[in-house]
Amino acid sequence: MNKVQNNKAWFMVLPVLVIVALNAVVPLMTVVNYSVQDTFGNNVFFFEGTRWFSEVLASERFHGALGRQFSLTATILAIEIPLGVAIALAMPRSGFWASVCLVLMALPLLIPWNVVGAMWNIYALPDIGLLGYGLNWLGISYDYTQQPLAAWFTVILMDVWHWTSLVVLLAYAGLQSIDENYYRAAQIDGASRWAVFRYIQLPKMKHVLTIAILLRFMDSFMIYTEPFVLTGGGPGNSTTVLSIDLVKAALGEFNLGIASAMSIIYFLMTLLVCWLFYTITMQGEKS
Amino acid sequence: MTRLRWLVPTLYIVFLMLPIYWLLNMSFKTTNEILGGFSWFPAEFTIESYVKIFTDPTWYSGYINSIAYVGLNTVISVSFALPAAYAFSRYRFLGDKHLFFWLLTNRMAPPAVFALPFLQLYSSIGLFDTHLAVALAHCLFNIPLAVWILEGFMSGVPKEIDETAYLDGYSFPRFFTKIFMPLIGSGIGVTAFFCFMFSWVEMLLAKSLTSVEAKPIAAVMTRTASTSGYELGLLAAAGVLTIIPGAIVIYFVRNYIAKGFAMGRV
Amino acid sequence: MAQITLDKLAHSYFPNPQGEADFALKEIDYVWEDGGAYALLGPSGCGKTTLLNIISGLLVPSRGRILFGEEDVTQYAPEQRNIAQVFQFPVIYDTMTVAQNLAFPLVNRKVPRDEIDKRVADMIKVLDLGDKANRKAQGLTADEKQKISLGRGLVRYDVNAILFDEPLTVIDPHLKWQLRTKLKELHHEFGHTMIYVTHDQTEALTFADKVVVMYEGEVVQIGTPEELFDEPAHTFVGYFIGSPGMNVVPCSVAGDRLQLGGQEIALPRRYAPLEGQVEMGVRPEFVKLSANGEGIPVSISTVEDIGRFKIVRALLEGRSFNAVLPEGAEIPAEASAVIDPTRIGIYHDSHLVRGEA
Repeated sequence: MNKVQNNKAWFMVLPVLVIVALNAVVPLMTVVNYSVQDTFGNNVFFFEGTRWFSEVLASERFHGALGRQFSLTATILAIEIPLGVAIALAMPRSGFWASVCLVLMALPLLIPWNVVGAMWNIYALPDIGLLGYGLNWLGISYDYTQQPLAAWFTVILMDVWHWTSLVVLLAYAGLQSIDENYYRAAQIDGASRWAVFRYIQLPKMKHVLTIAILLRFMDSFMIYTEPFVLTGGGPGNSTTVLSIDLVKAALGEFNLGIASAMSIIYFLMTLLVCWLFYTITMQGEKS
Repeated sequence: MTRLRWLVPTLYIVFLMLPIYWLLNMSFKTTNEILGGFSWFPAEFTIESYVKIFTDPTWYSGYINSIAYVGLNTVISVSFALPAAYAFSRYRFLGDKHLFFWLLTNRMAPPAVFALPFLQLYSSIGLFDTHLAVALAHCLFNIPLAVWILEGFMSGVPKEIDETAYLDGYSFPRFFTKIFMPLIGSGIGVTAFFCFMFSWVEMLLAKSLTSVEAKPIAAVMTRTASTSGYELGLLAAAGVLTIIPGAIVIYFVRNYIAKGFAMGRV
Repeated sequence: MAQITLDKLAHSYFPNPQGEADFALKEIDYVWEDGGAYALLGPSGCGKTTLLNIISGLLVPSRGRILFGEEDVTQYAPEQRNIAQVFQFPVIYDTMTVAQNLAFPLVNRKVPRDEIDKRVADMIKVLDLGDKANRKAQGLTADEKQKISLGRGLVRYDVNAILFDEPLTVIDPHLKWQLRTKLKELHHEFGHTMIYVTHDQTEALTFADKVVVMYEGEVVQIGTPEELFDEPAHTFVGYFIGSPGMNVVPCSVAGDRLQLGGQEIALPRRYAPLEGQVEMGVRPEFVKLSANGEGIPVSISTVEDIGRFKIVRALLEGRSFNAVLPEGAEIPAEASAVIDPTRIGIYHDSHLVRGEA
């Protein structure tokens, strides 16, 4: 669409700008401010330069949290994206059952995040939770409060439960945009099921899948509430991902400088990965 | 292969429903029965937990608080985003692309990073522990989202409609409210749904910015849990009740959800 | 390639059709000759798409059989029928190049690689897409995309028929003509049976050897473009084909005498007595206007000058009655219509009645 040059349009954007700036710029400045200062209380601050940054970047603790964060995010993406696509492909294309599927599948997306955590906290308990009890009944020794591996498994399973539907809905919407005649033409051309997926469905889903991957990346990279309520980052540090570590540092230890420096590093990383991903997919679209 | 296709979504839905069923199951048990051991159904079916929630003001005010700030946030987000989305969809102006990208980066801001600065910011302007504070804080991620979705819907409306309306002598506000908004009605619905959803589920900021007066229901749950020991039945019932508003909203917008996503703008 | 036989075919979308009105496609019995170019012409909702879907195998007819050659294919799925189809909106595989698009149906059928390369290269030449062979199909124009959809059918050489479902809808007007010519050319070159669905009479008449005109689920006439013009078998065909359409006015007929507007016209044929609705039809091309009171009085409402000829829109006993006059013809103020009796058709309940000589 041809747009008209009109700088007065700024006035229409202004309210949004003000409210988002209040929420984004002021706190960000506060964080930056903390990240370069130190305090002994009483609101007396000393300029520390990049000390907190170098300290954070060199610390074992940060490396550990970062490593756990990346493996969590990678695992989540590797499971949720293909699973979501597979479910969307198998869903009815229209009618009553399609509505039923959509409503039921969207349900986990609308549960407050700490309720999700609390719900899984109980659901996975080995003595009274269905999952924990069931696994032990099957002869698998499982206790997420004691075994790091079990805790890790539970956090991932919970995230799959919570967020795969988002991928399903996005992929489903992409599939809905395919005209019926494409399937007919493919049938006439003698295309196999795989060829239909590869050359018709996947290209049409590419755009929504980009969004799905970006959203799941950002949100899983920021994940805090659900694993915190579920495991509190434990046992030990086994499920302490970036956000949990950050809040521990800021509120638990009141180490504002460290926490702020971590915040900034962390925010920049999200931004960088998203920007890279965005640029690469955009480039792929152009050529 | 094709005959068994229905199995995939069915198994997935079973997987989704089991934890919810477990919560529901527990909400009808007494705390003693829950702690007593594993059982598929409540042995002594009781609605005591629900009665307690609906009669105890500390509980039900939590619901009212949550709904108040979520509603407030939805109204603010949509009404602020409407003119901005219109500007992005219809005009080119100095720095428009950068502004749009900057807005979207706020969707990436981790709430954990902002919790503490938010607390200081809203305390200093005297809004701490009010519905407005939470509603405004949630604008951080909901306004960019709303602008993004609405811009998609608006770009789908041909520009000729605007031009015809101006030629017919409509003023901008009258055109916008009488002609344009009805045209993107479903878009506004979808946007409101997503604003509602993300504000309803977010808890970290909502908890940090409130203490007594505006405390959200989910925060009441965790605080009650730590003060009065483990009243699991009560917690489960409260959890079930937090699912209900979402379920109602989904039911009403079920036909629009896929469409909203199809705009490729979520 | 094969001839296509429609054997007492009928279709209803209702599970238990009650009477004629429930049928989207009323009974049709016809043989499409091998290598013919046919057009299915009619307004939207006339059942032409239903018929096309039955031929392509997307629909199984409620009654009757469909045969390709001697083989009964009524229950076959589209891919078993070995047909090709070009849809209203171009269907191409966006992520593939033009050459890959054309190769796709052959690759799926496991044709040897060198054979594929040869056929695709030929097809690209035939379709004039030489310079675009290795371009992504996504950025092409609508007419190029339609050529590719057609090419995907043609590369298969042995298809039983190629079906077209309003293929020129999204093509720019000046390219429509080009693409239609190309289609004609390919028909001559490859000799496939082609069935072309359209609601545009120009497309149908220029493309097809035989036009099948459909109206409200019924095939009202099958004939060459000349036959449709000279002897419409149904008043609808008269209206629908020709511009302006045929004049149809109620009249009464006794033997070889026709009573119209208080005048009597001698017909070249005799007709048995007719019950029910009787109409006469004559094309505006065979109507002359006279100033001296000869013929049936009409009142002229407008005259459209089209350049090579004039269209006179008039009323005869309150019904629209048009005449096409040559360029420069006088338009009298007090006009009456003189009708060529040999060009008059008599219609009984909308269907043409053939008299005895």
